[in-house]
Amino acid sequence: MDLLYARWQMGLSLGFHIVFAVIGMAMPLMMVVAEVAWLRTGRSEYRELVKRWSTGTAILFAVGAVSGTVLSFELGLLWPTFMEFAGPIIGMPFSLEGFAFFLEAIFLGLYLYGWQRLGAWAHVFAGVMVALGGALSGIFVVTANSWMNTPAGFRMVNGEPVDVDPIAAMLNPAAGAQVVHMMLAAYAAVGVAVAGIHARLLLRDSRDPFHRRAFAIALLVGLPSAVLQPLSGDWAARVVARTQPAKLAALEGQFVTETHAPVRLGGVPDPDSRETRYALEIPGGLSFLAYGDPSARVVGLNDIPRDLWPPVTAVHLAFQIMVAIGVWLAALAGWATILWWRGRLFTSRAFLRAMVVSTTLGFVAIEAGWIVTELGRQPWIIQGVLKTADAVTPMPGLVFPFALFTVVYIGLAVVVVAMIRRTILDTAPPADARG
Amino acid sequence: MRVADTAFLLAAVLVMSLTFYALLGGADYGGGLWDLLARGPTADRQRATIARAIGPVWEANHVWLIIAVVVLFSGFPRAFSAISTFLHVPLVLVLLGIVLRGSAFVFRAYGSEEPRQERFWGRVFAIASTTTPLFLGVVVGAITDGRLPSSTDARFIDVFVRPWLTMFSISVGAFALVLFGYLAAVYLTLEARDSETRTAFRQRALISGGVVGILAGIVLLVSGPTLREELLASPWAIPLHVAAGASAITALAALWWKNYRVARLAAASQVTLILWGWALAQYPYAVRPHLTLAAAAAPEPVRVLLLQVLAVGAVVLLPSLLFLFGLFGPRGR
Repeated sequence: MDLLYARWQMGLSLGFHIVFAVIGMAMPLMMVVAEVAWLRTGRSEYRELVKRWSTGTAILFAVGAVSGTVLSFELGLLWPTFMEFAGPIIGMPFSLEGFAFFLEAIFLGLYLYGWQRLGAWAHVFAGVMVALGGALSGIFVVTANSWMNTPAGFRMVNGEPVDVDPIAAMLNPAAGAQVVHMMLAAYAAVGVAVAGIHARLLLRDSRDPFHRRAFAIALLVGLPSAVLQPLSGDWAARVVARTQPAKLAALEGQFVTETHAPVRLGGVPDPDSRETRYALEIPGGLSFLAYGDPSARVVGLNDIPRDLWPPVTAVHLAFQIMVAIGVWLAALAGWATILWWRGRLFTSRAFLRAMVVSTTLGFVAIEAGWIVTELGRQPWIIQGVLKTADAVTPMPGLVFPFALFTVVYIGLAVVVVAMIRRTILDTAPPADARG
Repeated sequence: MRVADTAFLLAAVLVMSLTFYALLGGADYGGGLWDLLARGPTADRQRATIARAIGPVWEANHVWLIIAVVVLFSGFPRAFSAISTFLHVPLVLVLLGIVLRGSAFVFRAYGSEEPRQERFWGRVFAIASTTTPLFLGVVVGAITDGRLPSSTDARFIDVFVRPWLTMFSISVGAFALVLFGYLAAVYLTLEARDSETRTAFRQRALISGGVVGILAGIVLLVSGPTLREELLASPWAIPLHVAAGASAITALAALWWKNYRVARLAAASQVTLILWGWALAQYPYAVRPHLTLAAAAAPEPVRVLLLQVLAVGAVVLLPSLLFLFGLFGPRGR
C-alpha cells in the first residue's frame, strides 16, 4: 500500500512540476522574441506583450522552482534505496542541472527587476540566458530520467555498481531521443497553449493588433516543434523497441510475438484475455516503424514473464492519447502554414476555434507521454536493475505526505490559473509590479 | 588526489554551499520572520523594504540548497539515503515551507491588487518563512545529535520521530530561526530607505543578536556529552569560538554605533564561523553516530569528476552572481 502512495506522490509531483518546467523553458523564448520585435519596431503592443508574458513567467517560474525542489528531496524521501544506488552514477546531470537552474534564476532576477537598470540589449541578453538556462535544465534532467530507462556507465558485481562512469551514464542510449522529444514537446505545448489563449480573444476581435502579434509569436515558437515532434517520436519509439521490449509491447498492446506486427490505432488491451480489442490495425505497421522492415519480428507480452509486465491498459491508452494529439498538432501547423500563405491566419474562424479547442492539448500530451515512459518501465525503477518495490522508503504511513502534497498542489493550481487568467487575459494593462 | 582528500574536498564544497545558503537564503527566511513581526508606525515600510530586498535574489539564493542536496546525493549517497529515510517527517515540513514561502511571495508580488488577498499571501509568506528554518535546524540538529537508528526495525515513533524530536534538535531549530532573523535584520539596516525604518531594523538586529547568544548557550547546554566535548575540547574549538565571539561583539558594537556596513560583514562572518564550527564538530561523520564521510562517499572517480564539474560550474556561476548582487544589492540602489 505504501508503495502505491509513494508512486502516486511521485507521479503527482512530476505531473505538477512538468507543467511549470516546460513553461519555464518556452515562455522566456517567447518573451525574448517579443522584446526583440519591440526593440526593432518600437510598437507598443510588443512592449505590452513582454510585460504580461514576463509577469506570467515570474509567477510560473517560482512555482516551478519550488516544486522542483520538492522533487529533488522526494527522490530520497520516497526512493532512498534508488538514490543510494543511482546518486553517484547520475549525480552528474543533476549537478549540471543545478548550475543551469542557477543561471536561470540569476538571469530571471536580472530580467524581471532590471528593466530600468540594464541597457536594452543587456536586458534581452538576460532573457536569452533565462531561456538557455531553462533549456539546459530540461536537457540534463531528461538525461537522468533516460538513464533509468537505459541504464549505462556501470557494471553490476554482487548487487553493487562498480566501474562507475558518470559520463557514459549521461550519454545512455535513450538520452538523445528522449531529450529531443521532451524539448520539442515543451515548445510545442507552450506555444500552442499561448496561441490558444490569444485565439480566443481574436475570435472576439480579429483586428486587435496586440492579440495578433501575441498569436503570431506563440505559433512561431510552437508549430515548428509540433511539425518535428512526430519524427522525434518515431526515433524515441525505435529506441524503446531496441532497449525496452516490454514497454514497446505495452504501448502498442502487442501480446503475440510475431513478424508483420500491426500498428494499432485506438483499441483496449485486456491483459487477462491477452488481446487488444477494437483497434484499427495496419498490418506490418509496427514491425516497419520499430525496425524499418514490415517483416521484422516484434516481441509480444506473452513472451515476457507476467510479473515483468507494465500496466498494459494504462500505458497503451496514454500512448494513443499522446500520439493522437501529436498528429493533430502537426496538422494544425500545416493548416496554419496554408492560412498564412493566403493571408488569412488571423481571420479564419475555423482555425481560431481549432486553436482554442487545442489550448491545453499539448500539456495533456506531455502528461500522457510521462505516463507512457514511467508506467511503461514498471515494475522497474531502473530498467532490468532495480525494482520500484525494492527502492521505496521503509517509512510507513505514506498516505499522509501524499494527501498533504495533493491538497497543496491542487490549491496552488487553482490560484495559479486564476492569476494567469488575470495577468494575460485582462484587457486592461496589468499594474506594473516591478520595483 | 588521495581517496580521503577528495571526500574531504567534496564535504568542504557541501559546507560552502550550505554557508552561502545560510548567508543568502537564510537571510531571506529571516526577512519573512520580520514581515511576520512587523509592528509600529513603520510596519508597512518594513514589509516593503523586505520585499524589495528579497524580490530579485531569493530564487537564486534558493539554488544553493539544491546544489547542496545534489552534492550530497552524488557525493555521499548513503548519507542522503539515511537522512531522507529517518528525517522524512521534518523534511516534508521543510518542503511544505519552501513551497508555500516561494509561491506566496510571488502571488503577493505579482498576483493581486486586492489588499485583502495581498495581506493573505503576505501572511502565508511570513509564516512559511518562519517554519522552514525551524525545521531545517531540526534536521541539522538530528544529523548532529547522533540518535539516528541504524535500522528501521522498531516502532514507528522510535525510528521516525524520536531521533529528531529532541530538546537538542528543537533548540538548534530555534537557534537557526533567530540566527537567520538576526542576519536579515542586519542586512535590512542597509536596505531601508528612511532612517525610521532603519532604526526599527537596528533595534531588531540588536535584540535578536542578544537572543542568538542566549540560544547558543542553550544549544550547548542540551547537547549530548560527546558533542559538547567536540564543541569545547578539540584543538580547533578555542580559536573558532574566539573568532565567532569576536565577530558577534564587533557586529553588535557596529550596530550600536550605526556602522551598518561593518555590522553586515561581522554578522556574516559570525554566521559563517558558527556553521564551520558545526561542520568541524561533525567531522569525520556525515551522519552521527553510524556514518562517516568516508563510508558514505561515492566511488573515487565519481568524486573527482564531480569536483571538476563543480569547479567549472563555479567559474560560470560566480561572475553572474556577483553581477546580480552588484545590481540589486544596497550599493547598487
